[in-house]
Amino acid sequence: MTERTRASGRDLGARLRERDLSAAPAVLNLIESRTPEAREQARALLGEVSAAALGHEPPGHIVGVTGPPGVGKSSLLSRLLAQWRRREKSVAVLAVDPSSRRSGGSLLGDRARIAVDPKDRGVFVRSTAAGRRLGGLAPATRTAAHALAAAFDVVVIETVGVGQSETEVADAADTVVVVLQPDSGDMLQFLKAGIMEVPDVLVLTKSDLAGPARRARADLEAALSALGAGATALCAVSSLPPPAGIRELVDALDAHRAGLDLPARRLAARRRHALDEFVAEHGERGLRALGGRLEAERWLERQDETIDLPSLERALEARAQVVR
Amino acid sequence: MPETPSPRLPEPDRPWMMRTYAGHSDAKRSNELYRRNLEKGQTGLSIAFDLPTQTGYDPDHELARGEVGKVGVSIAHEGDMATLLNQIPLDQMNTSMTINATAAWLLALYIVAAEAQGVPEEKLQGTTQNDILKEYLSRGTYAFPPGPSMRLIADTIAYTVEHIPKWNPINICSYHLQEAGATPVQEIAFTMSNAIAVLDAVRQRVPQELMGSVFGRISFFVNAGVRFVEEHAKLRAMSVLWDELGRERYGVEDEKHRRLRYGVQVNSLGLTEAQPENNVYRIALEALAVTLGRDARARAIQLPAWNEALGLPRPWDQQWSLRLQQILAYETDLLEYPDIFEGSKVMDGLVAELLEGARTEMQRVAELGGAVEAVDYMKAALVESHRKRWQRIESGELTVVGMNRFMSTEPSPLTAGADGGILVVDPEVEADQRGALERWRASRQESAVAEALAELARVAREDQENIMPVTIAAARAGATTGEWAQTLRDAFGEYRAPTGVTDAAAAGSEEVSELRDEVESLSQALGRRLKFLVGKPGLDGHSNGAEQIAVRARDAGMDVVYEGIRLTPSQIATSAAQEGVHVIGLSILSGSHRELIPAVIDALQEAGVEDVPVVVGGIIPEADAEALREAGVAAVYTPKDWNLNGMMRDIIELVAERHSSGTAVGA
Repeated sequence: MTERTRASGRDLGARLRERDLSAAPAVLNLIESRTPEAREQARALLGEVSAAALGHEPPGHIVGVTGPPGVGKSSLLSRLLAQWRRREKSVAVLAVDPSSRRSGGSLLGDRARIAVDPKDRGVFVRSTAAGRRLGGLAPATRTAAHALAAAFDVVVIETVGVGQSETEVADAADTVVVVLQPDSGDMLQFLKAGIMEVPDVLVLTKSDLAGPARRARADLEAALSALGAGATALCAVSSLPPPAGIRELVDALDAHRAGLDLPARRLAARRRHALDEFVAEHGERGLRALGGRLEAERWLERQDETIDLPSLERALEARAQVVR
Repeated sequence: MPETPSPRLPEPDRPWMMRTYAGHSDAKRSNELYRRNLEKGQTGLSIAFDLPTQTGYDPDHELARGEVGKVGVSIAHEGDMATLLNQIPLDQMNTSMTINATAAWLLALYIVAAEAQGVPEEKLQGTTQNDILKEYLSRGTYAFPPGPSMRLIADTIAYTVEHIPKWNPINICSYHLQEAGATPVQEIAFTMSNAIAVLDAVRQRVPQELMGSVFGRISFFVNAGVRFVEEHAKLRAMSVLWDELGRERYGVEDEKHRRLRYGVQVNSLGLTEAQPENNVYRIALEALAVTLGRDARARAIQLPAWNEALGLPRPWDQQWSLRLQQILAYETDLLEYPDIFEGSKVMDGLVAELLEGARTEMQRVAELGGAVEAVDYMKAALVESHRKRWQRIESGELTVVGMNRFMSTEPSPLTAGADGGILVVDPEVEADQRGALERWRASRQESAVAEALAELARVAREDQENIMPVTIAAARAGATTGEWAQTLRDAFGEYRAPTGVTDAAAAGSEEVSELRDEVESLSQALGRRLKFLVGKPGLDGHSNGAEQIAVRARDAGMDVVYEGIRLTPSQIATSAAQEGVHVIGLSILSGSHRELIPAVIDALQEAGVEDVPVVVGGIIPEADAEALREAGVAAVYTPKDWNLNGMMRDIIELVAERHSSGTAVGA
């Protein structure tokens, strides 16, 4: 009774390489599936779109967008999408929903808040339930983001972050955007105290609240310069029509990406992802078999840079001699 | 011997205003219906508008598809309004309009139609519902974001207080909160909090010396359920709070201005599809809740018809409800006495209890920053109350006669006729209205319309002047409902209200945990979690049912994609395709299922979604259900299928069947 996909993993991978955007739903269905057969197919898919197979990293720009609830992430995303579409870029959004999983089920309502033209084939939006921790990513989300980056110009991972949970997004994305509003005092404290990692781009919404917005901007600038994070772009966007600041934000995202050593960032992301998957599968005992986290990280750094994610996972398993 | 003082009033009271909530198809047919109703002894009008008119779309807009003339009359411009009110003397008529997001516009059309009859605006009497917060919370016919919506309300109040002194510019509704599941305490507290938000907004726009008249013009639209003793106590409690608010918060000195004035439509939530004749008794008892005690008696009453859970009522059904009001007012001795609960310990005790609960709840809303800021909180609280109520019905703790108890029945002769006992709207109405609209646009002076709309846009953006004068000018120039609303959408932005379902707590009944096991094992077999799309196509904003389905499915362990109301077929199809769902549930209560469900099925095919079963829920007559099944719908649920767990079990089985037969999905 396994859910079958009409196309094999290899075919789906080939479609992504040809930038066939209509493959996206089936790609997600496959990557989310946990049956052994589906996982085997997913490995084949990832092989097709790996850096080794493509000869370069998947070219799409993976952007993580995170911030506390209620700061206007969805309306920001709606406007970003419109701007990207105007620049003729295709966009995939993976919206990670934070709702509780007490029953195992979840309510995924986020896509309603992202305004898109349903007939626009250049936009793909998929909601997924969050991982085990607040703000954490389901394993499939990271994998899917990298696969979709082979076909889409931009892949957005949207999560709700509340201070300490941005690291998983940072691990998965090329560019991390943190969204704050003028009264996000807590976040500013987290940033100053170094609890929150400094993002690549900071967005301040509701810039139409003239007084509070100016004060918040001054505060953030002071905090960034005290942290020596002069490279972090700070963009202010308005929440009321007409939209302002969106073009500047897209330019800032492009500038960050242009200045990035993409192969290095993706390689680091892939290695962390492989280790996280390994730990999720084999737990602390598995980690001990690798000689601890630090030792495992060092070992990964010595591996060939072209090894794709599934092969890295298998290499870790072989090293730990974990019986599958 | 001294004479015993008479317990009677020296003169019997005058009866309340009697109305029937009516309107369908086009202006001409509704006008004929109104005139017949007035001949039958109805003393006021209550206009039901269709959903495109209520949400600000013209009949030819994509979202209007299937909805034109369905739940009310389609009014697209000043010509329609003139036809609607033809031969009804507007200097004497008292007209209630159930209109909210577009209230300023429909009031303008009414003013212009009166002008044409030679009636000046200061003579007009009536009510615009004009209560936006309950649209976000329950009814769903909002159009603009909260800030600009509150401004439109404040503008209409400021305008009518000055120019139409006998108009009730807003009817703050507790009605729909009860329909959405509110307990009596929540109903009182959320309504009063809503009133505070409105009055605070108006206070910014009128001089303080007018606040007394403003306060005096605020009226309420309440609900009454079948627990009629407690429901009466609720209205007495509201009177106390209203008086207190006027005195303490707004410094209203005239006692008359502080009197709670309310109209009522009794409960639709409790009307059943099973043994529908029983609804007549329910309606009669509910009418007592709002008439028994003189100190908290309704000023205006409209009663639902016995068959509202089946479909739209026919003129005869509405007449039957009107007769109930007339018997109560003219045959019984109800109006001969002073307040019959005065000094009643039981009544005073109930009122005190409700007041205590309501004050605590109002405090909570105030702490959240007032009703506008607390929309998310109130919405989630209503969804949770509704969930609890439904669980009590399912467990049998709450008796609903004929539905979960005393179910064996003889066949009902009331539904045996060829029409199935309901009104069927002529399917040609939509095409007719589109054609008529085209002719209207061709006949008007375009430059005048463009100029009026440009002025409207300027006033909307600048936020300095009252919106009413430019709105009236646009009505005179021949602008359409859709043009007026689109101009404001461009100026104010669009808005989606919270769905209220994200925070509701998980249920813990044994049956639900059994379902959870089934979902778990099916999900294992599928490879990923069972994913269910709950969609509301069209303009129907009655989302209570869809919300309860979504919450129960989540509690049963499914991943539920629920995007709220007002989706086009292509939005639903795109979501289904992109989200990779295993099953789709669609909910429609506005009667537009015959057009919209096939449209969704076509859109799904176009989007390449195959072999994903579609189930439908709503107020769907059996004849239509058959047609839907033929069009490919896997199952149709109506109010008689009130057992949500049973529905969940069906859905699980449907998905299991499709997958065991080896059909491919997901590609």
